[in-house]
Parts: sequence; C-alpha cells; structure tokens
Amino acid sequence: MGPTLDQWLEHLETTRLAVAISESTWAFPTIETVHVLAITLVVGSIAMVDLRLLGLSLRRRPIAELLLEVLPWTWASFVAAVTSGALLFASAATHYWGTAPFRAKMILLLLAGANMLVFHFVVQRRATAGDRTGEPVLAGKICGGISLCLWIGIVGCGRWIGFV
Amino acid sequence: MKALIHWLGNTELSTLIKTVTWIIPGVQVIHILAISVVVASMGMFDLRLLGWAGKRHSIAEFASRFLPWLWGALLVLLASGSILIVGEPERSLGNLVFQLKMGLLLTAVGVTLAFRGLLVRDLTAGASDLRPEHGLAAKFVGGLSLCLWVGIVTAGRWIAYAG
Repeated sequence: MGPTLDQWLEHLETTRLAVAISESTWAFPTIETVHVLAITLVVGSIAMVDLRLLGLSLRRRPIAELLLEVLPWTWASFVAAVTSGALLFASAATHYWGTAPFRAKMILLLLAGANMLVFHFVVQRRATAGDRTGEPVLAGKICGGISLCLWIGIVGCGRWIGFV
Repeated sequence: MKALIHWLGNTELSTLIKTVTWIIPGVQVIHILAISVVVASMGMFDLRLLGWAGKRHSIAEFASRFLPWLWGALLVLLASGSILIVGEPERSLGNLVFQLKMGLLLTAVGVTLAFRGLLVRDLTAGASDLRPEHGLAAKFVGGLSLCLWVGIVTAGRWIAYAG
C-alpha cells in the first residue's frame, strides 16, 4: 500500500517550499496576487467566448476567429492560475482539502473542463458553421451559458475559501 | 477623513453590511467578476495598442468593441466597491494601499479617456483609423494602461494585507 491521501497532504505541506510560503509574511499575498490576476484573465477571456456563443456580444465576429485570438491567452493564464493555486494549496494542504468551498471549486473546475471538452469535440463545428448566418446555435448557447455559470461559481468558491 | 470613516462606520447601512455575513464575500465575488471583465477587455485593447495582438483589426474597431465593456464594468466595480467601503470604511478609506489603488485607477481612466479623445479627433477629421503619427502615443498608452491595471489588481488584493 502506498501512502494515504492524508499522509500525502501532510507530506506536501511539510515540504521546504510549502513551509517557506506559510512562514513568510509576503510570499502568500504575492502568490495570491498572481493567482487573482491569472484568474481575471482566465475568466474574462472565457466570458468573451461565452457571451459570443450566447449571441450577447461581438456578434459580427466569427466564433472561429475569436477562439483563435482569445484561447492562447486563456491557456497561458490558466497555467499561471494552476501553478500559483498549487503553491497556495501546498502551504496549508490539509486545511484546504478539508474545506467545503475548496472541494466545491475543484468539482466545478472538473465540470468546466468536461463542458469545454463537449464544446470542443461536439459543439464547436456546429457553432462555427453558424457564423455565416450570424444566428448563434442552441448547442453553443447551452455550452456558453453553462460555462459562464460554472466560472462564476468557481470565482465564488475561490473567494469563499478565504473566509473559512 | 477620520470623521468620514467614523460617520460611515456608524451608519445603519454599514452595520447591516457588517452583520449579514454573506454580504461582504458576495459583493467581493461580484467585484472580482467585474474586474475580470475589465482586465480581459483592457488587456485585449492594450495589446492591440502595443501591436502585440489583433493587428488585422483597426484600433477604432477594438475601441468600439472593448471600451463599452470597460465603462459598464467600471460602474459595477464602483457600486460593489462602494458597498465594501461602507461596510468596512476603516479597512479601505484609512488604508494607504487603498488610496494608492484609487490613484492608479484615476490615472488609468484618465489615460484611456485622453487616448479615446485622440482617436475620436482623428476619426472625425476623416481618418479611417488612428493616424500613423499617433502610433507611438498608442504604444505608450497601451503599455502604461496594462501596467496600471496590474497595479490596481495587485493593490486591491494587498488592501487585505498591508497599509
């Protein structure tokens, strides 16, 4: 048997890096600032795509073009958000793991990932085909709406973690 | 300022915001969502001004596409921020980092408005986009605005830790 999850979390928060973050007065706020900046970019850029899919903004622009322009920034920011988030998590791993908003945030993130996969592999071709008529397709509207709600929930849970 | 903080902190509204536990976290979430809209739309606009993104589109097109989102989100930020100030006037108004944030915010809005004025003048003078001789100004405004917004978000988060 390998180590249990609890043992692994305890090991994580006693690593030198994690201890350095939790003991320093400036490290946590600094990493948190990077995390917030990265999340504003992730959420803002995803919201642009979602609002376009819903037909609420940028309607004259083809969806395919918007995806090409925006998504590289989304992914780069997402990598920054995950990296900074992992460091914050490591600094008090067992505490965060035990909190409801942290767990809810992770579940919402997984759902957002699943929604993105459905969009990419099933909906995207139909949604971008609708570019020519300008009228957003229903499947795209549903994916965009779900994504918007999930990301609002993710930000909400993220902020909530700081209050427990 | 001390008198204002004292008066605000003793209003009924302030007490209500403080005692209902979900108001401050809830309003903070709205505040963060609105700043996301600003950062993403101003990020796109500033990158276009710097010539690092969207070069196939005109600056005028980017301005009409993204600046309305800035003004809309700023209203939401102002409203949600005001609620947070009324709830915790000492934590905000009395905080040096908060004052710095307001200074950066006014600068960012001023710079963007000034640039918008320049663009509108070029367009009404019959140009199809910002005139090429204003290219350097565009790059300057793009770079400055990007730095200012990073500073605003950073200062915003540090209100909780410093000052």
